[in-house]
Amino acid sequence: MSPGEALLVRKIRDGTVIDHIPAGRALVVLRILGITGREGLRVAVVMNVESRRLGRKDIVKIENRHLRPEEVNKIALVAPTATINIVRDYEVVEKKRVELPSIVEGILKCTNPTCITRKPREPVKPRFRVLSRRPLRLQCMYCGTIVSEDDVVKQLIGG
Amino acid sequence: MGSARATWLGRDVISILDFSRDMLEELFLVADEMDRFLRSGRVPRLLEGKLVALAFFEPSTRTRLSFDTAAKRLGAETIGFSGEEGTSIAKGENLADTVRMLDSYADAIVIRHKYEGSALYAAEVAEHPVINAGDGKQHHPTQAMLDLYTVRQLFGSVDGLVYGVLGDLRYGRAATSFILGLTLFRPKKLYLISPPLLRAREEVLEVLRQRGIVFEEAGSLEEVIGGLDVLYVTRIQRERFPDPSEYEKVKGSYRVTRRLLEEHAKPELRVMHPLPRVDEISFDVDETKYAAYFIQARNGVPVRMALLALVLGGWEK
Repeated sequence: MSPGEALLVRKIRDGTVIDHIPAGRALVVLRILGITGREGLRVAVVMNVESRRLGRKDIVKIENRHLRPEEVNKIALVAPTATINIVRDYEVVEKKRVELPSIVEGILKCTNPTCITRKPREPVKPRFRVLSRRPLRLQCMYCGTIVSEDDVVKQLIGG
Repeated sequence: MGSARATWLGRDVISILDFSRDMLEELFLVADEMDRFLRSGRVPRLLEGKLVALAFFEPSTRTRLSFDTAAKRLGAETIGFSGEEGTSIAKGENLADTVRMLDSYADAIVIRHKYEGSALYAAEVAEHPVINAGDGKQHHPTQAMLDLYTVRQLFGSVDGLVYGVLGDLRYGRAATSFILGLTLFRPKKLYLISPPLLRAREEVLEVLRQRGIVFEEAGSLEEVIGGLDVLYVTRIQRERFPDPSEYEKVKGSYRVTRRLLEEHAKPELRVMHPLPRVDEISFDVDETKYAAYFIQARNGVPVRMALLALVLGGWEK
């Protein structure tokens, strides 16, 4: 983080900093994490700041909240460039990049209503092959339907 | 060829794209043998003692009867059902449990189901080979196998021809599998002819692009018929439309007639259709040299005999 960014939001003591979110996606990340502001958590959102890697980026800082693996997987879908920093006592104790696997399993549902994975009584997990990461394009491994980034975002934020 | 033969044994048949050109050519050679057996009236009982389950969750005449005939001609027995009525599915049993039951009885399961992906799902549940006889709008690989076999029989090769596929390319699984099957060969050009509402799905077009097939989407048959060697016609299937008003907009939007063919088509053109037809090919085409759809329907049995023999290992004996 550049000194200029540091001026915008002060350091957090304990929690998670999600950095290198593609510009404009911070609110989507918050929706994925179910953060509405009413939880009492101290949350900072910085949007459209300069980034050497991305040109522009968003940053989300959440105090006293750590991410579950399935939350990290969902973030990887909409913010594949993101880095997750775990902060304890003002220090970054762990820093990792999110990783979008080549097969995405069990997170999203297929957009095709007549796909077998949409049938509630069948014990089958939806599985998608990643066709492209940017823009995100996934293909259902059962029915072949191609799911776009817009569809993924809509599903993840419950739109 | 020997290695292609070995790879057929015990395998699932879900999509035509699961196979290589070599494997299909091996299948065609075995189908030639089966055809000879059938014509001579002496078919060896290569699958004696085998049991094939025919699980047709959707009604079917041609595909089910041709699988039934193919299995029985080779000495296998068949069990199964056609339609969900009278089965435990009607009582609320799920597909997975029905497949597990059939898997415990039979040596192979031939499945037709209205939902896309059902055959792949069944194959994941079953230990025995699963053969997709049509899953919703997605795949009908054995239809594509007999279609490609028919082209090879009529023209000597699948390569180098100009194809037109006419009709419901969006919901039609036979058309989709035929188009995908052509990507395993080297067609000279492929025209996809459909009303705008029934254009081929994006995932199908993507395969054509990836595999370097020269293709063009066309809105009317008249524009392109003069250049075609093969015209593959499909029916618009009311039952596949999620919205009945969409069906009303496109029904009867194309019709292949004798007059159209005689005035515009090359003499070598052959018209194919997976059947059944409704009104998309007029009956006066039947007696012309253009009509290849009855040859195609007949080929269903030797091709499916070859497939069962290769998958169940009868051909190895």
